[in-house]
Amino acid sequence: MKRLVVVAMVMGMVLTFASTAPAADEYRIGAIYASTGPASALGLPEKNTTEMLVEELNAAGGINGKQVKLFMYDTEADPTKANNAVKKLISLDEVDVIIGPTTSGVTMAIIPPIEKAKIPLISCAASVKIVQPVKKWVFKTPQTDTMAVEKIYATLQSKGIRKVSIITVSDGYGDSGRVELQRLAPDYGLTVVADERYGGNDTDMSAQLTKIKGTDAEAIVCWGTFPGPAVIAKNRKQLGLTIPLYNSHGIASPKYIELAGDAAEGTFLPAGRLIVIDSLPDSDPQKSVLSAYKAAYEGKFGKNSVSTFGGHAYDAFKIAVMAIENAAKAGDVTRAGIRDEIEKITGFVGTGGIFNYSAEDHNGLTKEGFGMVEIKNGGWSLAQ
Amino acid sequence: MKLLRFILDPYARFALFALLIMGLPLVVTNEYYLGVLVVIAIHSIIVLGLDLLMGYTGQISLGHASFYGLGAYITGVLSAHWQWPPLAGLAAALLIVAAIAWIIGVPTLKLHGHYLAMATLGFGIIVFIFFNELGSLTGGPSGLTGIEEMNIFGVTFDSDREWYFLSVSFLLAVLLLSINVVRSRVGRALRAIHGSETASGVLGVNIARYKVGIFVLSALYAALAGWLYAHYITFISPSSFTFMFSVKLVTMVVAGSLGSLWGAIFGAALLTSLPEFLFVFNNYETLVFGFILIVVMIFMPRGLLRGIEDMFKWLWHAARKAPPTSRPGEERS
Repeated sequence: MKRLVVVAMVMGMVLTFASTAPAADEYRIGAIYASTGPASALGLPEKNTTEMLVEELNAAGGINGKQVKLFMYDTEADPTKANNAVKKLISLDEVDVIIGPTTSGVTMAIIPPIEKAKIPLISCAASVKIVQPVKKWVFKTPQTDTMAVEKIYATLQSKGIRKVSIITVSDGYGDSGRVELQRLAPDYGLTVVADERYGGNDTDMSAQLTKIKGTDAEAIVCWGTFPGPAVIAKNRKQLGLTIPLYNSHGIASPKYIELAGDAAEGTFLPAGRLIVIDSLPDSDPQKSVLSAYKAAYEGKFGKNSVSTFGGHAYDAFKIAVMAIENAAKAGDVTRAGIRDEIEKITGFVGTGGIFNYSAEDHNGLTKEGFGMVEIKNGGWSLAQ
Repeated sequence: MKLLRFILDPYARFALFALLIMGLPLVVTNEYYLGVLVVIAIHSIIVLGLDLLMGYTGQISLGHASFYGLGAYITGVLSAHWQWPPLAGLAAALLIVAAIAWIIGVPTLKLHGHYLAMATLGFGIIVFIFFNELGSLTGGPSGLTGIEEMNIFGVTFDSDREWYFLSVSFLLAVLLLSINVVRSRVGRALRAIHGSETASGVLGVNIARYKVGIFVLSALYAALAGWLYAHYITFISPSSFTFMFSVKLVTMVVAGSLGSLWGAIFGAALLTSLPEFLFVFNNYETLVFGFILIVVMIFMPRGLLRGIEDMFKWLWHAARKAPPTSRPGEERS
C-alpha cells in the first residue's frame, strides 16, 4: 500500500514537471473553475462544458486545422490557490487566453497577476466590479448583478409593489448584490424595509425571515448561491410567509429545485433563457444556440442537468475561440492580438444573451439577456 | 562521527539550509514554482510560531488564521485607504497584533487544559466576522483591492524571483530567532511547562509570563506572514482567513512533527505544495490528499520529519543487525 502511494505521488510529480513547451501546431487555452469546494455547484458545470466543447472542437478539426489544448485547474474558490493556478497557466503552460474563474472574489484576486502578465481573461463571475471600471485585459460573460437587480425591480414595479425586504449572503456575490439592491431601489420607487444577511454555510434562516415577517414588506429578494436560497425557500414555507420570493440569477441550476423541493414552487428568479427554452418562441434569436447546447450537455451529463453557469463557460469558450480565429486571420495570435479581437466581437449570440463588446464595455450584455423565470411543477417556466 | 555531530548542530543545519534555499533559484527559474515557494515561505513563518506554541509549550491555538488575517488587513487597509508605505504597515500590524494577543493571552493562558484552544477558536470567528462586516474599511466579503506592491526603502518587489528572496530572508530571520528561543533558558522553560505546569511552577518558572510571551511571539510571526501575503497578492478577502485555515495550520505542525522547527517548515512545505501536484487526480484530489495524510499519521505518528528520521535509524540498525535504540520524547531543534 505504501509503495502504491509513493508510486502515485512520484507519477504525479513527474506528470507535473513533464509539461512541454508550446508546440507550433496547437492553441493553448487555460481554464480555472471552482469545480470542488463551496462554489462547486457553479464550477462543475463550467468544467464539464469546457471539456465537452474542447472535445467537440478538436473532433471537428480544431481552429484552422490546429488542435486546441486545454489546461484546467481547480481553484476551490480560494484566492491563494487561484493565484498559483494563474501563474501556472501563464508561465508554465504558456496559454494564450484564460477563461474563468467561477466566483467574483477570486476574479478580483487574480486581476493583478493577469494585468501584470498582460494575458486576456474572460471571467465567468457576476460582480459588476470585475468590468467597472474597465480593465484592459479583463472581460466577463455573465450578466452583471446590476442587470439582475434591474430586472427584478422592474418586475416588482410593474406589480405595484412599493416595499421590499432583502436578504443577502455574506460573500463577494451577496455583498455586491446587496450594494446594487440598495442603490437601485429608489430608481424603481421602492423602499428597502428590511436588510438581512446570512452566512454561506448557515442551515437555518428563520430568525432573519421572522424579522422580515414583522415588517410591512410586500416581497423578499434573496441574493445568494447554494445552498442558502434553498434553505430560505424552505423556512419561508415553514413560517407561512406569503409575500413573493425573488431570487438572484445565482440559483439558476436544477440543484435549487432539488434542494428546496416543494418550497421552490412559485418562487421567481431572473435568468438567462437557457433554462426556459421550451417557453421561447421560435423567432427568438438565441433559441437555436440554446437548444444545441442543452441537447449536447444533457446528452453527456444526464437529463435536466443543464444550468446557466455552464452557459457562462460556453460563452467564454466560444468567445475565446472566435478571438483566436480572428487573430489568426489577422496573423497575430499573441496574447495582445487575442485581447484586441475579443474587444471587437459584436453580435455574438451566446447563452447569456447577445454580446457586443467594445473598449468601454467588457461585459457586452444588457438586462434584456434576462427573462423572469417562475418555478412551476418542479421545473422552470417563463413568467409574465 | 564528527560529521554526524556537525549535522546535528542546529546552527550548522541552519547555515546549510540557508545556503540551500538561497541557491534554489539557480535551479528553479519558473515564476510559477517560485510563486509556490513564496507561499510556502509565508506559511512556514506562521507554522514556526505555532510550533513554538503547540510543539514546545503544549498550548493549542485554533485561531492563528485570525492573527495572519489581522496582519494582512491592518497593512492592507492602511495601504489601500491612506497609502501608508508597507514598512509602516508592518510596524502598525506588529504593534496592534501584539496588543491583541496579549489581551487575549493574559486571561486565558492562566487557565489549564483546552481553554486557550476554545478562546482562540472564538476569537478567530469574531475576527472573521469583523473582516466581513466592516465593509467600508475592509471591503467586506468582496475583499480589499488596491493594496500597494511591496516597497522597502525605495526597492519595489514585483517579480516572483524578487519575492522569493524577500520571503525567504524573513523566513530565515524567523527561523534563527526560533532556534535561539528554543535553545535558550526560555526554551527549556517552555518545554518544562509542556511536561508539567505544576512541576515547572514548583521549580520557579513563571508559567503565566512564559505562556503569554510565547503566545504573543507566535501571533507576531503570523502577523508578519500576513503582512507579506497582503503585499504579495495585493488583494485580500475574508475567505483566506477562515477557521479551516487555522485547522490547516495545525495540521501542518502536526504532520511536520510537533516540537521540531525543521518539521514545521517541512509540514508547511508539504501541505502547501502537495495540492499543486495532486491536480492530476482531477476530482479525487481532496480524497488522495486526505488519504496521504492518513497514511502518514498511521505509519509516522510522530510526524513526517521524525518518521523519516526513525526510518533511517531503523535502516541503520537493521544494516548493523542491532536493535534500534529510540529515545521517545527526545526534543531537538
